[in-house]
Amino acid sequence: MALEPFTTHTGVGVPLRRSNVDTDQIIPAVYLKRVTKTGFEDGLFAAWRNDPTFVLNQDAFRNGSVLVAGPDFGTGSSREHAVWALKDYGFRVVLSSRFADIFRGNSGKQGLLAGQMSQDDIEQLWKLLDNDPGATITVDLAEKTATCGTAVFTFQVDDYTRWRLMEGLDDIGLTLRHEAEIDAFEAARPSWKPATLPVLS
Amino acid sequence: MGRTLAEKVWDAHVVRKGAAGEPDLLYIDLHLIHEVTSPQAFDGLREAGRPVRRPDLTIATEDHNIPTVDIDKPIADLVSRTQVDTLRRNAAEFGVRIHSLGDVDQGIVHVVGPQTGLTQPGMTIVCGDSHTSTHGAFGALAFGIGTSEVEHVLATQTLPLAPFKTMAITVDGELPEGTTSKDIILAVIAKIGTGGGQGYVLEYRGEAIRALSMESRLTVCNMSIEAGARAGMIAPDEKTFAYIKDKPHAPKGADWDAAVANWRELVTDDDAVFDAEVVISAADLEPFVTWGTNPGQGVPLSGSVPDPAQMTDEGERAAAERSLEYMGLKAGTPMREIPVDTVFIGSCTNGRIEDLRVAAEVLKGRKVADGVRLMVVPGSVRVRLQAMEEGLDKVFLEAGGEWRGAGCSMCLGMNPDQLAVGERAASTSNRNFEGRQGKGGRTHLVSVPVAAATAVRGTLSSPADLAPAAQPALV
Repeated sequence: MALEPFTTHTGVGVPLRRSNVDTDQIIPAVYLKRVTKTGFEDGLFAAWRNDPTFVLNQDAFRNGSVLVAGPDFGTGSSREHAVWALKDYGFRVVLSSRFADIFRGNSGKQGLLAGQMSQDDIEQLWKLLDNDPGATITVDLAEKTATCGTAVFTFQVDDYTRWRLMEGLDDIGLTLRHEAEIDAFEAARPSWKPATLPVLS
Repeated sequence: MGRTLAEKVWDAHVVRKGAAGEPDLLYIDLHLIHEVTSPQAFDGLREAGRPVRRPDLTIATEDHNIPTVDIDKPIADLVSRTQVDTLRRNAAEFGVRIHSLGDVDQGIVHVVGPQTGLTQPGMTIVCGDSHTSTHGAFGALAFGIGTSEVEHVLATQTLPLAPFKTMAITVDGELPEGTTSKDIILAVIAKIGTGGGQGYVLEYRGEAIRALSMESRLTVCNMSIEAGARAGMIAPDEKTFAYIKDKPHAPKGADWDAAVANWRELVTDDDAVFDAEVVISAADLEPFVTWGTNPGQGVPLSGSVPDPAQMTDEGERAAAERSLEYMGLKAGTPMREIPVDTVFIGSCTNGRIEDLRVAAEVLKGRKVADGVRLMVVPGSVRVRLQAMEEGLDKVFLEAGGEWRGAGCSMCLGMNPDQLAVGERAASTSNRNFEGRQGKGGRTHLVSVPVAAATAVRGTLSSPADLAPAAQPALV
């Protein structure tokens, strides 16, 4: 399924001053029982949202769409539901100084931009957002910049993911362009490699 | 220049080399599926009118959502039941083999692969589950993927992947008595941190790793993801070949000889260069337990809850303060004085037959402490049957523990086996995240012998802490 191309996005920045935000915190397992791909916004940060002081419970940040998080964001479980929950809530961008590999990969597949920037820059953004709650951040994927007021920061995203996001390309469609090469690889696989079918007697 | 084990397996699966900056297209030898991360992937196939390219390289099992008692009754939680039913319908529609509840090969996906012989050296193995790294203990390149990638593998049997970096984790020397492979991996995570492995495939090597049994090696590789790594691997050796031989899906006859000849090549060349190297001395290890809410927050059992005020890094200090508040712990408390409500022995980390034998050895002739609940959950139906054949179930029941059916159980709060708010557990599983074992639950990650001894004493303990008179004969 093709994605909506991502070029620039402007939205309210949300400071999440925590490190090691694992995917169990982003969405607890109990919300993973659904068989649909949408409607996960109620599970986003479910445990923390019971706390009235949690950032998303503050009026200025409630409609945020650019999450500015501490290091090691998205660690733990491979659940893509974490990305769906962020997107369903309204987030289009997460900025952090370090992302877990699987989370970053899942984000790229779903059109959620995971931009990596230095921890110093993250802390500067936190300060700007604390001083002006509800301030917006403009993220420009072509330029790899995040702008808050007059402050301009750069972020990293690998070129291939950036290209796919900007074009809104579907990975499966891209891969199936190379079906003949997959056929050729399969024809050369050793015969002793295991198979799950037919069922052994 | 020589190549590492991971690079050899990678190179053997490149369908198409990516141009500069592009990922390689990698062939996937085995795709494991469970009920939680697959429904949306099958929906995607249906929407696009695509079939499963290789149902014969795909296998499904039910593990995350299912109850571990009353398995002959319909699943009481309707949402869980729908998810399991959805997997069954998808498997039937797309021609994928499934081991459902009640099937002798049902169990946790990462226990089922190795026990059926489907997990073999040199393979690429994926699953929509981060603990797929487990299978790397056989010298396979095995890693967790998201649901979009599950759909991609179903449709194409390949994945576009950017090459990983490689890290050698060398564990020299001999493990002291009473320490296990769980203590090795907890110590590795505490040393390199939960982000230390990001972007890397870890290769565990050295004397202490070679000395481990296959099932202990599975425990080490299982928790590679807890260090942030994409995968963990151990080069296959005679132990690996012996473990696979005669398993249902092991190659037979001339195929066996051809396979073993191929597998013997799966070692890191002497002149290969790793991108990073870490060395750990096994002799310095002791039983390791976690005090916080990520697996890197661990100390030796003989230690105490650390004091955040002593931490120089501001972020680390803030995280430790949060962890202690959630865990209800005071800095300076000796780990051995922390009382628990529940002990959980099981999961893809420590739910195999060797784990249950170790637990039974400690529990034999002993009783679970008053007020402590002990749950023993085999990783698969075959592990359960084997344990019962050896009489281990009786040991657990006579000690006052629960002996349950196979599944993920209390490793994650998704099925009926959960901690209540504020309850504290010693758990042989892999994650001590906030709420992981149930909303408000508090988790200490431990090895199997520590779990069993903790059940007896009621506070975090090792078998060495138990009264000598009660110790079973070790002849």
